[in-house]
Amino acid sequence: MLVSLKWLKDYVDIELTTEELAHRLTMAGLEVDEIKSIHPQFSGVVVAKILSVKPHPSADRLSLCAVSDGTEIYPVVCGAKNIASGDIVPLAKVGAVIPGGYTIKSSVLRGEKSDGMLCSEGELEIGDDESGIMHLPADLSLGLPLEAALAIEDTVLDVNVTPNRSDCLSMIGMAREVAAITGNKMKLPSVKIKESSEDIHSQSSVQIVDADLCPRYTARMIKNVKVGPSPIWMKNRLESAGLRAINNIVDVTNFVMLETGQPLHAFDFRFLEEGRIVVRKSRENEEFISLDEKSHILPADTLLICDGVKPVAIGGIMGGLNSEVKEDTQTVFLESAYFNPPSIRRSARKLAMPTDAAFRFERGIDPEGVVKALHRAAQLIADLSGGSISKNYIDEYPNKIPSAQNIPLRLDRIRRVIGMEIGAKDVTKILRSIGMIVKQEGRGRYLVTPPTCRVDISREIDLIEEVIRLYGYDRVPVTLPPVAVTEIEVIPRLDMEEKIRQLLIGSGYTEIVNYSFGNPLVADALCFPENDERRIPVRIKNPLGEDLSAMRTTMIYGLLETAKRNANNGSFDLKIFEIGRIFLNRKKGELPEEKNMIAGLLTGKMTDDFWGSGKTVDFYTLKGSLENIFVDFKMNNSRYVSTVVEPFLHPGKSCGIILDDKQIGFLGEVHPDVLEKINLKNKAYVFEINLDILVAAYLERNISCQEISKYPAVLRDAAFVIPDTMEADKMLNIVLGQKEDLLENVSIFDVYSGKEFTEGTKSLGLRFSYRSSDRTLTDSEANAVHDRIVQKTVTLTGAKIRD
Amino acid sequence: MISELQKLENDALAELKTAKTEDQFLNLRIKYLGRKGLLTGLLRNITQVTEAEKPLFGKLCNELKNLLNAKIDEALQQQALRNKEDVLLKEKIDVTLPGNGIKCGRIHPVIQVRREICSIFSSFGFSVVEGPEIELDYYNFEALNIPKDHPARDMQDTFYIEDNIVLRTHTSPVQVRVMEKVRPPLRILSPGRVYRRDSDVSHTPMFHQIEGLLVDKGVSFGDLKGILTAFLKKIFGESTTLRFRPSFFPFTEPSAEVDIRCVMCGGKGCRVCGQSGWLEILGSGMVDPAVFQNVNYDFEEYSGFAFGLGLERIAMLKYGISDIRLFFENDIRFLKQF
Repeated sequence: MLVSLKWLKDYVDIELTTEELAHRLTMAGLEVDEIKSIHPQFSGVVVAKILSVKPHPSADRLSLCAVSDGTEIYPVVCGAKNIASGDIVPLAKVGAVIPGGYTIKSSVLRGEKSDGMLCSEGELEIGDDESGIMHLPADLSLGLPLEAALAIEDTVLDVNVTPNRSDCLSMIGMAREVAAITGNKMKLPSVKIKESSEDIHSQSSVQIVDADLCPRYTARMIKNVKVGPSPIWMKNRLESAGLRAINNIVDVTNFVMLETGQPLHAFDFRFLEEGRIVVRKSRENEEFISLDEKSHILPADTLLICDGVKPVAIGGIMGGLNSEVKEDTQTVFLESAYFNPPSIRRSARKLAMPTDAAFRFERGIDPEGVVKALHRAAQLIADLSGGSISKNYIDEYPNKIPSAQNIPLRLDRIRRVIGMEIGAKDVTKILRSIGMIVKQEGRGRYLVTPPTCRVDISREIDLIEEVIRLYGYDRVPVTLPPVAVTEIEVIPRLDMEEKIRQLLIGSGYTEIVNYSFGNPLVADALCFPENDERRIPVRIKNPLGEDLSAMRTTMIYGLLETAKRNANNGSFDLKIFEIGRIFLNRKKGELPEEKNMIAGLLTGKMTDDFWGSGKTVDFYTLKGSLENIFVDFKMNNSRYVSTVVEPFLHPGKSCGIILDDKQIGFLGEVHPDVLEKINLKNKAYVFEINLDILVAAYLERNISCQEISKYPAVLRDAAFVIPDTMEADKMLNIVLGQKEDLLENVSIFDVYSGKEFTEGTKSLGLRFSYRSSDRTLTDSEANAVHDRIVQKTVTLTGAKIRD
Repeated sequence: MISELQKLENDALAELKTAKTEDQFLNLRIKYLGRKGLLTGLLRNITQVTEAEKPLFGKLCNELKNLLNAKIDEALQQQALRNKEDVLLKEKIDVTLPGNGIKCGRIHPVIQVRREICSIFSSFGFSVVEGPEIELDYYNFEALNIPKDHPARDMQDTFYIEDNIVLRTHTSPVQVRVMEKVRPPLRILSPGRVYRRDSDVSHTPMFHQIEGLLVDKGVSFGDLKGILTAFLKKIFGESTTLRFRPSFFPFTEPSAEVDIRCVMCGGKGCRVCGQSGWLEILGSGMVDPAVFQNVNYDFEEYSGFAFGLGLERIAMLKYGISDIRLFFENDIRFLKQF
């Protein structure tokens, strides 16, 4: 809400400096976002009178004027057509500066001397009109600087009015707050209506069909108006609030809306068929052209203001083109009504017409202000347009609009909410300063009736807020709440996330945060098959764009896009991870399933320093990082199975991660086709793990300590030549499956495939460690068990022993 | 003779001082103490000493022999140490070359701020709670006293999944879900991702919030000021100046916006604080009785306060970040700075 201080001072005296006023309003809950100073963009322009206009002897389009500033007469060459002798106009004298930084110089135009320039509104940036020279009121004294004559200098506060304070969407509402803050008295405009003898009831009528949506409709009629431009003071007021002046009828409706908060509408009575108003809901698909010349198909249940035949306005939102006030309008039918706030809000949103009127109606206007504004506007229209107001006014008020009355207020309750004692005197004084009626009911008990404009106040807590707001938040002492033990279940996952985060950071990974939504085409890019639950994402109905419309069903795509963005910036070596959620559809009407995931991506060089000698990351780099996590969580039973293959991963270099027979995730090299689609040149390795399953498994973990043998181990190596396709895991399982007590450990020390082997085979070197818990093993003991194991392994696998 | 002995001692010690190498030390031993050495020579001449002086002369000679032997031994030992040291010094490396091995990664700045804030509030006894990011309209709005067709919905432009299912616009719905299950006293903190239909230099359609709720008997607005003052001083420093000013949130009454003195200009007014000298940091207020009614808490018996803040905003102020979108572009050059 833009608040001109000059205008505000019409309703309340203000002695505070602008900064102090802004501060006090802010601390009373009316935050001042900005203080704007309005200065003229010109200097040296004065009020002048045209004494004569003659055609230019050698240019058809120019005229020669003699212009007086009261002391001197200047010859001025002018190109505008709308001038005549006797006109009062703005004259930019020689030396004047006009907007754009132009300095007026004495010149000769087609042989005629010109000492100055007559200006249009547009040239002075006072208004938009550039069609001709601006005309000034005749009663201004000549030579007066134009900025003084037009009273342009002003200060405007941009006040952020919260949605509850509809009463402050008006100058009078603002003045009421200022009066409460400063203790100064309000000066409300007095309304004196001179009515003609002709009764409005004999000329028109109002019928409310839908009283729920329109509980009150009042109207007045003003006849014999002369439509024309508004006086400068009116234009200034409207412009200070960011509105454009249109004509002396429409301007009054806007002015009174800004002054009182009550939106009004003026109809040209001659276009109201049957001379009457019917207020009803729209029917399905009714069409209507609003006065901004836009055509609307109205949704059903939109409140319409109609005449005897057709709609003439969308109630509370905008008038119609078919009944607007025109230059030749003679009789104005002035509407001031109360509309149901939620209904206006629904319609304004559906129609995408967030007008000033709708903004006020949907927040709730003062039900008792309806008639006051009607009278005020009728009087102003009559004053400015020379019209005469018909006798009486229409006030259809079928449904009483409820206002809060006699709200109980306890001093003790105030103390408990605020945490300090505020005296009875202070409380009543504060409440009365904003127009509340306070009645004592008993010791420390009151009944409070707020003014009808305060539609936000209906409960005791609302009154308490008013008290503390105006008492001052800064005067409330700082205390600490009572200490209490609360029993809230801890979320074990958060702890685990934190550990994983630390582990990955230590392994060189950087955490990223991607949006939870993305492009629905991700499902195609990652080649999810038809039956994959990740294929059909949860969709946002009103996304910012199609590419941000699908809740992610995997975090992999986001990582790939991140890698792509970084590659574009020249960062090709990446180790990144994200912790977040994915979203999967459930039945319609049910909340989607949300899974907590961790996912990561590796690409480029292992280390980014010169020691690293350019070695690039591979599958095993990533697997090593993940194994670290499982080791840290004492989950030594994690398994990696190549039978699980994600469609977006390299079929030969990827696997599922299994924990306790449940798949918790996958890792692998990104499929070259996917890389190509996303235009990533370097190989990339990704993983994604379901944290919920990981946590559940972790919580079931038991650690039982093994005794450490005091006796030395005997080591034996053996290399097995096996088919390429046989996985190391299988060999280890076969060895361990023999359950030899003395075999303490077996590990892989070498994988080799060279020319000396038959094609399709490889050598797998295993190191066996034998140890007893109660004695030192002899060589022959160790050899016996080692031979047994090797023999049996050969038998079971068909492997050859490499010499 | 005794005076010659004295002279010999002086000479020997002087030579020892200038000697540097192992050979020189050994030569000195031969020169003075060897079979043909100077001291040995003197001793041989003992016959020229008077009988009365003989014992003294003999004693002095012996002492000098011992002294020189000890000095030479010590010098040799030190020389050996120096030699070893020289060998090591030849192995000198350039200690200014960078270390190798894995360079550690970084935690996303927003997550760092989340950790810091959670840890401060956990020291105040708050527990972290969670809830769904895709939420029922009821929990996101209605239970929080934001009815349908209410202008307060304009404060949070919403993404819809279905008519009654939204992307949560704040983490407050978690508080309602917890209150439905747990009776007071209550101190909870709900951090997480939230979504609003907004996108420019200072808004992204997704961002992070932390909201807190404290409910107990006798909790007052003064307590709200107390906890939030303590928090802001911990996160922005003891000398932080703050102010509480009235505002409006549908789920709290009275409501307060909390500002701190601009960390950029110290209150003089700058671009960051929009010339006001103050920065809006968090929204807060006493829980509205209507919210308590929705979860069957007796608002005459219990009272409480709630607060919420945007993590990106705090991170932007702490680290001097001017564009919120940087948090989600994940440019590694940006992330490496934190």
